[in-house]
Amino acid sequence: MTGAVYTETVVYAAPAAFEQDAPYQVAIVTLEDGQRVTGRILGERVKIDDRVVLVESRDEVPFFRKQE
Amino acid sequence: MRPVAVIGTGKTPFGSLTGRDLRALAVEAGRKCLQNGNIKPEQVEAFCLGNFAGPSFVGQNHLAPYISSALGIAGVPSTRFEAACASSGSAFYHAFSSVAAGLNDVVLVAGVEKMTSQPTPRVTEILAAAGDCAGEIRAGSTFPSLFAMIARRHMHDFGTKREHLAAVAVKNHANGALNPYAHLRKPITMEQALAGKPVADPLTIYDCSLVSDGAAAVLLAPLERAGEFTDRPVRILGVAQASDFVALDQKEDITTFPAVRAAARKAYQMAGVGPSDIQFAELHDCFTIAEIVALEDLGFVRRGEGGPFSAEGRTARDGSLPVNASGGLKSKGHPVGATGVAQICDIVSQIRCEAGDLQLERHSLGLAQNLGGSGATCVVTILGEA
Repeated sequence: MTGAVYTETVVYAAPAAFEQDAPYQVAIVTLEDGQRVTGRILGERVKIDDRVVLVESRDEVPFFRKQE
Repeated sequence: MRPVAVIGTGKTPFGSLTGRDLRALAVEAGRKCLQNGNIKPEQVEAFCLGNFAGPSFVGQNHLAPYISSALGIAGVPSTRFEAACASSGSAFYHAFSSVAAGLNDVVLVAGVEKMTSQPTPRVTEILAAAGDCAGEIRAGSTFPSLFAMIARRHMHDFGTKREHLAAVAVKNHANGALNPYAHLRKPITMEQALAGKPVADPLTIYDCSLVSDGAAAVLLAPLERAGEFTDRPVRILGVAQASDFVALDQKEDITTFPAVRAAARKAYQMAGVGPSDIQFAELHDCFTIAEIVALEDLGFVRRGEGGPFSAEGRTARDGSLPVNASGGLKSKGHPVGATGVAQICDIVSQIRCEAGDLQLERHSLGLAQNLGGSGATCVVTILGEA
């Protein structure tokens, strides 16, 4: 599954549960079917309109990576 | 529907109020308000409390009678309203409804939050529960990050700049420095605002409101009876509440809040005024971008023009539309559940000419906008001379 980054941010001040992950990138991604989901970005940072590909789901959270 | 007036106000200072618990804060604001409105506790016919997360912050539930009984109010409806950061705006809206409908005459509305007794990562977590916990929050979103994503998209779509956001922070800090009740009374420079520690890109600590303790209260009564209690009643000309999706990713366009537009439309219509009639406003600047988007959604400027309008100084104390003369959530402080009612107190004190160093030149028609979450609740109130 692929999609396009609708918006994104890098979180520095994390909630207690994600403190060990910070800084991490969160993005709202528009999927091929037009649906939008909030997920995490793995690897290289992305910006608005970048294409991303779904890598895996952890605890129902989609993790995306920038499409080459 | 009968006309309704604010007949009294009361506030605690906002800040890190060590040694005063949630109930003590609410009682202090409530007592001051009853005194200001010349009302005895036994005259209060209903108590409406705005509180977002007392159960999470301090472990206490059943908060409305917990507080009203300490104020000496008994035997009447005593209810807590929760709508994230718009909790006390919502309490105010429902109190207004009951007075306007003729169900009650004298209603006390209070808002309170005690936030500083928890460490910051836990505060971040409690606040995040105002978002969609099964989706965006599970993915690691925080409230600053949701508004950071709004800012990013606003920048992308309209060319809004970091300098525009910083201008809002500089202005609100300058205003708050004049406010003896403000949490932070410290002016900042543009250079400081641009070089703040990052919280969630592109937002830094200077773009984010404060974690504060505090309480605020107002008394409502039918306008026709207001003269029995005060010689300075302020009329509620229009008030409306509206809702939208809780999850940011469900919204078609995150650079505008439909709930704000809907509440504004109804409030303007009820008051019989438009955006150009409003002389000053208290807007929900939980983040600098939120003040910019609010300027647009309330019709003060066209979409995308909120940033330049702010950077040009139009919203400063001496500008054409002073916004957050109190210092706003950014500098006055943001004890979440108290904010909506505190905004009403600040508008009322301007209209009554009791604002001291904060007093504005044009002050007879003011608007308050209280936002919950990332736009799922909004309450807009328009107040004017009675």
